[in-house]
Amino acid sequence: MPSDTTFADKPSLDQSHFCADPEKTKLGAIDELRTEGPISSFWSDAWRALRRRPLFWISVFLIAALTMIALFPGIFTSESPTHCELGRSMDPSTSGHPLGFNRQGCDIWARVIYGARTSMTVGILSALFTALIGATVGQLAGYFGGWLDGILGRIVDIFYAVPIVLASVVVMQVFRDRATALSVVLVISLFAWTPVARVARGAAIEAKASDFVTASKALGLGKYAILLRHILPNSIAPIIVTATTSLGTFIVLEATLSFLGVGLPPSVLSWGHEIANAQVTVKTHISVLLYPAGALALTVLAFILLGDAVRDALDPKSATR
Amino acid sequence: MARYVGQRLLQMIPVFFGATLLIYALVFAMPGDPIQAMGGERGLPIAMANRIRAEYHLDQPFFVQYWYYIKGVFTLDLGMSFQRRPVFDIIAQVYPTTAKLAVYALAIEGILGVAVGLISGIRRGGIFDTSFLAVSLVVISIPTFVIGFVLQYFIGLKAGILPATATGGASWRALTLPAITLGSVSFAYVLRLTRTSVIETQTADFVRTAMAKGVTRRKVVTGHILRNSLIPVVTFLGGDLGALMGGAIVTEGVFHVNGIGHTLYRAITRGEPTTVVSIVTVLVIVIMIANLLVDLLYAALDPRIRYAK
Repeated sequence: MPSDTTFADKPSLDQSHFCADPEKTKLGAIDELRTEGPISSFWSDAWRALRRRPLFWISVFLIAALTMIALFPGIFTSESPTHCELGRSMDPSTSGHPLGFNRQGCDIWARVIYGARTSMTVGILSALFTALIGATVGQLAGYFGGWLDGILGRIVDIFYAVPIVLASVVVMQVFRDRATALSVVLVISLFAWTPVARVARGAAIEAKASDFVTASKALGLGKYAILLRHILPNSIAPIIVTATTSLGTFIVLEATLSFLGVGLPPSVLSWGHEIANAQVTVKTHISVLLYPAGALALTVLAFILLGDAVRDALDPKSATR
Repeated sequence: MARYVGQRLLQMIPVFFGATLLIYALVFAMPGDPIQAMGGERGLPIAMANRIRAEYHLDQPFFVQYWYYIKGVFTLDLGMSFQRRPVFDIIAQVYPTTAKLAVYALAIEGILGVAVGLISGIRRGGIFDTSFLAVSLVVISIPTFVIGFVLQYFIGLKAGILPATATGGASWRALTLPAITLGSVSFAYVLRLTRTSVIETQTADFVRTAMAKGVTRRKVVTGHILRNSLIPVVTFLGGDLGALMGGAIVTEGVFHVNGIGHTLYRAITRGEPTTVVSIVTVLVIVIMIANLLVDLLYAALDPRIRYAK
């Protein structure tokens, strides 16, 4: 630090924090630090980075709209999705029925609107559950290490060796026609938690080596207290990022299972079913397939954009631009 | 290196038993009585059902069944399907098709993904980069089966450039659309991964040094940037083989490819536990070997992995 530094505005000496007199010490450079205003934390920095991104706002808008549709589908259509008349099978769009009718003579727009609830529920709950399971396993393995890490690590390897589509197709057979959105969520969570666990383990190992953890240990803080107060808060960002980015793939997985006929029973509205049913008429009326597929793609896209934005904000190292 | 290989091989053993036990437990929990289902609506006489049950060891406790099954895996005797065909023969018949499809898909996503990702990374922010980033987002958002239907409809049926189904046999030409479909999502991931990796490597010290030494731009890109950016891509491609095997269930169904995914799907819906377990086991073994090879390749590419304990 050069000793002859001059300052544009010297701070007054009655500041609340300790500050050496810049005239006497020549260490005045320290007062270039901003001491007024709110303290900038990791999360406030991330929020500032996030809200500057237009893609973030686009995804937030889409997700808000989809949430509204999922919660109150009745606002967006007055037609019942289960009101089907074979007499109007494959009829083109008319007033009040913007997308026309499918093979069973059901209103396509109504079925697309009412299908949102399944995708949103399955996606959000699966992301939540995988984050919970993965974070617990990963944090314990990373923090305690040793034999616990060895055992949990092998369990992660086992689940990693079984492809998720294969495993969930096999397990969903157990539920057959009794499947609900919750059973799909549970099956997805059972097989999809391993990426979160790996990330959570790495974060725990990294946080464990930091000075503030050593200090807490020296001050006599208990193992579990350190885990909850220091390790977990410092690992939460990568866990959130992994869970958010995989949310879209869970929505796709549910649609795939329903499409294959092993997901939700036909009585539950799902875009996967709509696409499977439209398969029969794909050669003559591809639009019947494209409407639910478009809705599905838009939903997944919204969550992928959100995941990208959150990752760039929380993990500046992996910035995509 | 030998030590590392040995360690990885030892680690595979518990994973193999764990994964097979997991699959076995999952299939064992399948509902319904497949033996009774064989008899159709009238069902089988009790004595005959019991005889068949004993033949498939279905009357034994769970762990005894698992023991017979593991013994079968090691002696390549995977038992009989309910259609009285050895499961091993069924797998041997359909597996080459799926292997061909998976390799084709892997080649498409690997070559195209790395090429596009490299150009995008080098010309970051340009039109090429921006448009392919948008394309990758759209491709990731659309489920595989929808991509399959759209390609089948527009390229196979409307334009008639490529066969819409592979019912006539699994030639390279017939497998082109299925392979593009199967590899599409991973293509987008490979593209994004390569791009990020190239952007990171571009600012590395050794790249600057090479430039300062006067190495040509072309050599810096291929010899320094590309080679170092490939490490995470190789890992991804190896792990992706499992996803491709899973995706084969969907893709082979859409394009009527007579491969292992289609066979497995039929076995699951028919409730044939022996066939399901055997096929999934073979797939898991293939995936484990692929992961092992990738780890070894990774260790060869990056010495830091080898020497870290």
